[in-house]
Amino acid sequence: MDLRFRGAAASDVERDALDRVLGPATSGWDGAPRSAADLRLSQRERDRRHLLLPALRALHDRVGWISEGGLDEVCRRLGVPPAEAYGVASFYALFTFEPPARRVVHVCDDIVCQVRGAEAVLAQLPDSDGEVAWRRSPCLGLCEVAPAALAVEHGDPVRETPLGPLGSDSHSGRQSSHFGSQNLILRRREGGEWLAGLRRAVALGSEGSRAAVAASGLAGRGGAAFPTGRKWDAVAAQPGPRYVVANADESEPGTFKDRMLLEVDPDAVVEGMVIAGLAVGAEQGIVYLRGEYPLVREGLHEAVGRLRTAGALGDDVLGSGARFDVDLRQGAGAYICGEETALFASIEGYRGEPRSKPPFPVERGLFGRPTAVNNVETLVVAREVLAGRPEAAQRKVFCVSGRVRAPGAYEVPFGTSLRALVAQAGPLGDVTAVLLGGAAGSFVTAAELDVALDPDAVRAVGATLGSGVVLVLDDTVDLVRLVLRIAAFFRDESCGQCVPCRVGTVRQEELLHRWASGAPRPGDRALLDDLAAVMRDASICGLGQTAPNAVLSAVDKLGVLA
Amino acid sequence: MRRGAQLFVVDPRRTATAQWADTWLGIDVGTDLALANTVAREVIHAGLVHREFVERATEGFEAFAESVEPWTLERGAMETGVPAAAIRALAHAYASADRAQLCWTLGITEHHNAVDNVLGLINLALLTGHVGRYGSGLSPLRGQNNVQGGGDMGAIPNRLPGFQDILDAEVRARFEAAWGRPIQPRYGLHLTAMFEAMGRGDLTALYVMGENPAQSEADVGHARALLAGLDHLVVQDLFLTKTAQLADVVLPAAAAWCEGEGTVTNSERRVQRVRKAIDPPGEARDDRWVLTEIARRLGAPWEHRSAEGEWDELRSLSPMHRGMSYGRLEALGGIQWPCPHDDRLEPSFLHGRLWVDDPTERGRPAPFHVVHHELPVDQLTDDYPYRLTTGRRLDSYNTGVQTAGYSSPLRFGETLDLSPEDAATLGVADGQPVRVTSRRGSLTAPSRVDAGLRPGLVFMTMHFPDDVDTNLLTIEAVCPKSGTAEFKAAAVRLEPA
Repeated sequence: MDLRFRGAAASDVERDALDRVLGPATSGWDGAPRSAADLRLSQRERDRRHLLLPALRALHDRVGWISEGGLDEVCRRLGVPPAEAYGVASFYALFTFEPPARRVVHVCDDIVCQVRGAEAVLAQLPDSDGEVAWRRSPCLGLCEVAPAALAVEHGDPVRETPLGPLGSDSHSGRQSSHFGSQNLILRRREGGEWLAGLRRAVALGSEGSRAAVAASGLAGRGGAAFPTGRKWDAVAAQPGPRYVVANADESEPGTFKDRMLLEVDPDAVVEGMVIAGLAVGAEQGIVYLRGEYPLVREGLHEAVGRLRTAGALGDDVLGSGARFDVDLRQGAGAYICGEETALFASIEGYRGEPRSKPPFPVERGLFGRPTAVNNVETLVVAREVLAGRPEAAQRKVFCVSGRVRAPGAYEVPFGTSLRALVAQAGPLGDVTAVLLGGAAGSFVTAAELDVALDPDAVRAVGATLGSGVVLVLDDTVDLVRLVLRIAAFFRDESCGQCVPCRVGTVRQEELLHRWASGAPRPGDRALLDDLAAVMRDASICGLGQTAPNAVLSAVDKLGVLA
Repeated sequence: MRRGAQLFVVDPRRTATAQWADTWLGIDVGTDLALANTVAREVIHAGLVHREFVERATEGFEAFAESVEPWTLERGAMETGVPAAAIRALAHAYASADRAQLCWTLGITEHHNAVDNVLGLINLALLTGHVGRYGSGLSPLRGQNNVQGGGDMGAIPNRLPGFQDILDAEVRARFEAAWGRPIQPRYGLHLTAMFEAMGRGDLTALYVMGENPAQSEADVGHARALLAGLDHLVVQDLFLTKTAQLADVVLPAAAAWCEGEGTVTNSERRVQRVRKAIDPPGEARDDRWVLTEIARRLGAPWEHRSAEGEWDELRSLSPMHRGMSYGRLEALGGIQWPCPHDDRLEPSFLHGRLWVDDPTERGRPAPFHVVHHELPVDQLTDDYPYRLTTGRRLDSYNTGVQTAGYSSPLRFGETLDLSPEDAATLGVADGQPVRVTSRRGSLTAPSRVDAGLRPGLVFMTMHFPDDVDTNLLTIEAVCPKSGTAEFKAAAVRLEPA
């Protein structure tokens, strides 16, 4: 039964946290003292469901967990059945339902940190207690300082501290994150003219902006490489209201470029959103930021404030007569929410489960409206294009990590060879393979290192650029463990909505464990291929469709577990 | 609702449904007609009457309008307890909507003036033209899968199968010709009238199928005495109910939904096939088999026929079922009545004729009814100051015959639900027992504090009659037109037990 309250009450602290997000309770039915009028009338405000995730985050940030009383209070305020709200809350890995330790440390044990010695770090940790709790975490997007962790101390305000590199790996160190000339988007803040892109966009008008972006050849940088100009044209052709969404839910293991762009120049991201908003005729933009990026959240808040003060956000953007504003939403630990339709569901206050496409977001996106959803890097490059540097569309930011001296974000022209890129970062040993594109990508062998970093060229060696992950491996790396971690990642992150992915990722992992423990069964090899075929053909979204990629390439090309 | 429909809930209690409504109006028990008449007056005064519809398709508007004239918003607010502004908002939202429906359940009908309450709602639909059109209408929501079907098949005292009036000589002649027997030219007795007849000694033998009146009747102590005083009682049921325990003969019945063939008809008048999945246990027999066998033992030459054979006989006698062959029911996944033709379907809503241009086809105008508000029979006094209303809780069903046999996390036994304010006044903590006394009986039940209730209003169910016999408290004040007792309104006194 989904309509049930069991009488648990929220604490005063929880109420205060919710008041700040939702405003004070207005009647005896949503938490205020009961009045005579309440006994005869209640009215429910519609369309507040989208506040569910912000409300849950406010609770969790303040008291460190989602208590039954707190959850019920949220449900009363928003008119959401408790069972449904629990379904949403429990969807996110960062939310917990037991009273927490004072300090919770999420220690990354994902692929990059594993390559940089995370297991050794984890093995030395003391037991969790009421003071400090240690929890394993999938990739935190802190790969340039791997092995990394995120420490969280709930309170007012919550304190979230990224940590790394942990342990005593002599090769690690907080690296300079960007390299190259002043014209690179990674160095924008050091030189560029503030709001130059937006000024140009206002001058060009929406059609002119879209034409400029289309002419630059800019393709989306989130992994799918869809032409940005075409996406914006499609949204502009739909009836309003329309939305712009910046997908900053960077969760692909080994990816951290968007975080770096947001840390380096959050203004450029917001400016890119305003440009997109004007170009497609939207009045509202939303940044969906991954839950594990606390520093970026602060930076974005400040950037939005700066642009608003400058008149670049609001009712009349730089005198153009157009209205546009930006809202910030933060996830709470769910890889799947980087999938665009799952991201919409998450913003709307539902479980982050993807929808079948078509209809595509350009037609029916956020709140069922036409939506331009763009990756952070895409928006920054679009801004560069309008600021008079269309060549930015011909470069790509790669996240180089793993067995290299200088892990970090590297911006190089498309077509640069993989070998040259890896050389820039300084391999620590003989490179045996590179995982290109992250957990959803594929392994490239040492013999294939001369491949050009260009979508067509990498496709020829059975790989994809994806979100720009370049995880460098050498002979110190335990490839079996790495492949098992990838399989575990997909099993864990599958949202469970569709059978091919929910069951397929479990069966795939089980099979790999059988092989790793030396107990293969006859027919396993065919089964692995069958599972891959079913997941690729029949999964609703990219998660299931790409879940077999890295595993199969490791088995086929590197001979792992073969 | 997800697509924008507005929901108003009118209920003395703030139920789970009320919680998710856009607006809940917490009226006093038994003031439904005061509300309906106030809404009607507001619709009229605000100029929101559907003039064209009222003029063409209805009659009696003037007299009706005159009758509701005293029901100002202020008077309506005073009588119902709901703020005038909320009544006004409801009236305007209902009358201005493109499509609007009135849905109700027992809160309207378990009153001594049940039929008047329904007529009051019909008046509103006529006033606004919210009837006979797609998406608009009046919907009594059924509590069971086949309440509608039972009535349609003639299991009511005034109708033959196909909802045909037994007083209509032409109808009777058709059935007499088919059945080879004369049919009584008068109405039979409904349930409450049967108990009255038992009281007079006019009714001495009773055949009960699938009912448990020994626990479900209002003023149940009285009802049990009457059942025990019968010359002969036959009960046909799946379970050995309390009523069955009083019986001279118990006929074990099969579960129709899985152990027999046939049809059911749901709230939207959709006839659907029921298929046999398993054999009934032991000596249990399908109802059709039992009835046929009793007829044979009584000397009638009935044959055991297939369910489809019996259905085809019905189709030959009931015009509204005529086009519903088993093959068609199967192919279409059920068909709504009326369905007189083999080759086409009627609209999914009734009364569309009222909108037709041709006056002949439009037929008889729909009448407004002048109906007057009357408070519940069991009046509140200083001795009995609390209003007890009864109802159901999710996961339990009526007297519990079908539901008590399995466990549910939502079932916590019978309680006397009361407001936090009343609990404080009485000095009872949640769960502490309370003595509940009406003018007819007295019992003890654990208390349960429910913020959905306001001071002066308490709630019970009849799900656990073996533990707490709620119907000892209820009043057998019966609506003369429908025969329904006023289960929704008793006056009680409370004391910590």
